[in-house]
Amino acid sequence: MPKTVHIGLTSPHILARTRGAHHDRSRYALTMAMFAFAFAILCARLVFLGLGPQQSADAEKRGQLSTALSRPTIVDRAGNILATDIVTGSLYANPQKIVHLDDTVEQLIAILPFLDAGTLRRKLSSEARFQWIARKLTPRQQAVVHELGLPGLQFAAEPHRVYPAGAEAAHILGQVDVDNKGLAGIEAWVDRAPRIERPERKSSVEAGAVRLSMDLSVQHAVREELVAALARYRAKAAAGLVLDVHSGEVVALASLPDYDPNRRGQALGKDQFNRLTSGVFELGSVFKIFTVASGLDHGVTSMEQGYDAREPIRVGSHTISDFHAKKRWLSTPEIFIYSSNIGSAKMALDVGAKRHREFLARLGLLDRIGTELGDTAAPILPASWKRINTMTIAFGHGLSVTPLQAAAGAAALVNGGYRIEPTFLFRSREEARVRRERVVKAQTSELMRYLFRLNVKRGSGKRADAEGYRVGGKTGTAEKVVRGRYSRDALLTSFISAFPMDDPQYVLLVMLDEPKGTKETGGRATAGVNAAAASGRIVERIGPMLGIVPQLDTKPAFDEAVSASY
Amino acid sequence: MRLNRADKNLLSDWWFTIDRLMLAAILLLMAGGLVLSLAASPSVAERLDYNTFHFFKRHAAAFLPALVLLFFCSLLEPRMIRRVSLVLFAAGIALMIATLFFGPETKGATRWLKFGGFSLQPSEFVKPAFAILSAWFFSESQKRKDVPSLHIAISLYAVFVALLILQPDFGQAFLATLVWGGLFFMAGMPLVWVAALAGAVLLAIVIAYFMVPHVAGRIDTFFDFSGPGSYQTERALESFASGGWFGKGPGEGTVKQLLPDSHADFVFAVVAEEFGLIACLVIAILFAFVVMRGLLRVVPETDGFIRHGVTGLMMLFGFQALINMAVNVGLLPAKGMTLPFLSYGGSSLLSMAVAMGFALGLTRRRPQASRSRARQDVAAHGGARELET
Repeated sequence: MPKTVHIGLTSPHILARTRGAHHDRSRYALTMAMFAFAFAILCARLVFLGLGPQQSADAEKRGQLSTALSRPTIVDRAGNILATDIVTGSLYANPQKIVHLDDTVEQLIAILPFLDAGTLRRKLSSEARFQWIARKLTPRQQAVVHELGLPGLQFAAEPHRVYPAGAEAAHILGQVDVDNKGLAGIEAWVDRAPRIERPERKSSVEAGAVRLSMDLSVQHAVREELVAALARYRAKAAAGLVLDVHSGEVVALASLPDYDPNRRGQALGKDQFNRLTSGVFELGSVFKIFTVASGLDHGVTSMEQGYDAREPIRVGSHTISDFHAKKRWLSTPEIFIYSSNIGSAKMALDVGAKRHREFLARLGLLDRIGTELGDTAAPILPASWKRINTMTIAFGHGLSVTPLQAAAGAAALVNGGYRIEPTFLFRSREEARVRRERVVKAQTSELMRYLFRLNVKRGSGKRADAEGYRVGGKTGTAEKVVRGRYSRDALLTSFISAFPMDDPQYVLLVMLDEPKGTKETGGRATAGVNAAAASGRIVERIGPMLGIVPQLDTKPAFDEAVSASY
Repeated sequence: MRLNRADKNLLSDWWFTIDRLMLAAILLLMAGGLVLSLAASPSVAERLDYNTFHFFKRHAAAFLPALVLLFFCSLLEPRMIRRVSLVLFAAGIALMIATLFFGPETKGATRWLKFGGFSLQPSEFVKPAFAILSAWFFSESQKRKDVPSLHIAISLYAVFVALLILQPDFGQAFLATLVWGGLFFMAGMPLVWVAALAGAVLLAIVIAYFMVPHVAGRIDTFFDFSGPGSYQTERALESFASGGWFGKGPGEGTVKQLLPDSHADFVFAVVAEEFGLIACLVIAILFAFVVMRGLLRVVPETDGFIRHGVTGLMMLFGFQALINMAVNVGLLPAKGMTLPFLSYGGSSLLSMAVAMGFALGLTRRRPQASRSRARQDVAAHGGARELET
């Protein structure tokens, strides 16, 4: 037994303490308790993990390979599929596992001739372990590549967006990029909207489909008539939209030229933009509906009163004259149906520049309006709103707006006087009632309905009179500004109409860009002969689809009875 | 072959004195490791462009030597265990020093030495020897005062940990500290000193946090509950969620294809996905069983060296297993540490076989460890104290 104490560094103090604590069982107990506790925690954690939700850890689902997003299906108001995801196979390679480079390149090119041999060779001989070869192949292409049995090639499932209706609703739907990200239209809105749920990567029509306000059959008829009009009048562009006046829903919207969203490259073509929401135009005489409405609403004029339109108005260097000059005093309905610039200008001056401007603002014509397709283009207002501006804006010059907001403004004039924000999504009448806001007196709206109908019966809109559907509307023929001057040859014709005028349900706007005269129109190219005519054909077709009951002269027409009172 | 208690040969002695339950648990874990290297390593091998069964073959090649080592180490008498440990420690430290100069760098650290087709991690072999030698010197420091045992124990620790940090291998350094500190505590050192040691370890962690970027990164990710965890931990937890109670079946796991170290540090997660949480619980309980049984068995042991030696080995085994499993289930920040016997790795397997062989050898029932002897021991010490005062 050792008898010597503390050699070297060991202090006597420590030794004295350690000697007694030779075998401390309590420390063993503590250590064992600690181990038992640690293992117990571990086991508890394992049990806890087992009680948690069991998820499938599928490498595919996490999008390890594919960056493509899955998107909700988009349907029209009747439930027809407008856009949906299908699962495709995308071919990728692990270049490290390619055995015969030449052989692989040769065989792939033979099957997928759109591949570039040089690029393919470079990709397959790279140092990387992952290279896309061809995205989104058809099942047939996949099967053929699979049959080759080449090592180092694999498929990743990727969602691919398809638009079964093709170009039918292109400008509403927009499009997506190769990674299924929304670039424009409703597709871009889906990505912005926080409430839209992304479905699991499988094609699910029922779960969380986005329901649009658009009706595919109406859309088809509108677009088809526009295509016909574009050809018939040899116009540069044609656009049209149908708006539910009570709910603000856009039931159809087409802007030609358009594109097939299934073919991504087409959307980049010239003139492809949506003229109805992204373009601003001086709509010309169509604007007289707002001027006349402001005059009636503010009580500065009535149906019996009118203005002297004998002499053109001279303001500085400008002369305001009438296209269909009557050279006499015109009543308010006459100003409307003869489309008198002089009468409109005088009426606007009577309303007053400030009140006239405020009236236009109330109808939403002076600001961008927000829709699901993004904000519309900003209206172009005069730099300073002088007397002359009020006079020209009265007949639609000097103020450029998007056709969509003009249509929405017109809806407020005929629906009883309520402004309602247009929407591309399904909206119930109840919701619309909550959202609407009175901007025009009910009485004014009554009178405007009469004037609309009168203009189709007796005025410039005769060709729009689809039999039985009581169409009413106003034409607008604006000279386009070419190289800083209004041009007589480059016209923008438009027709804003509503039907049926005894209880208006829909506003229809048709616009043609640079239509030409034809034999049928006697060489003329004004709105009355083309835009109004196209509108008539459209109403004939969509009236039945929209559930409008035609009245075919069996009983006295509503407007005749009304006209007798004035 | 039938063994008889009356026989006095090496094998029957071994069979009737060995802790057969502990042996069974260890053999179960080893067999599990073989199966798991078949499950977890092919995906890693394919990712690294090796032959599919590259890692499995290497693991299998180390398996038989590991069994032999386990058996021979368990045959050794305590005195021989000390000697073997001394040699192993000296050789291991020498190789560790060599590693610093000649070792190839893998994943930012030099831990390996290459001999022809084989690579060896010397620090793995130092670990069991370090536990045994520390235990020896701690027990000597209690028994004899004529040798500066405590100082030798401190030096052993300092050399080993310094070399580990130079590699750098913070995980192993942390483990060595835990084992050494545990022994320090168990050897009856004053609690003030134990507390001081714990404080020093904490300080070291704080220093490592501020000095070593990857340590800081791991700790930050772990405590950042808002963001996603570290990639490996996330994937590991995913495999636990994916496997459920009964697993997806052998070879059905998919997360292993994404886990960089699925065959080594994250083999527990692979078990979870393919064999289920029940299998994980069984493994955890097997580890707990070995550790608790080892500790329980030496509580009545009177020989200080045997007691501390087994304690040190059990702490080495237990802490390493606990830390690895805790990392896998997201309870601790990611740390490079293998799961004893189950992870891929020849060095780890062989070193654990040595460690457990030592433990089995030390826990063999010996006739001389009787209570009367213990009393004499205490009496002798008591006498020494009287002489001193």
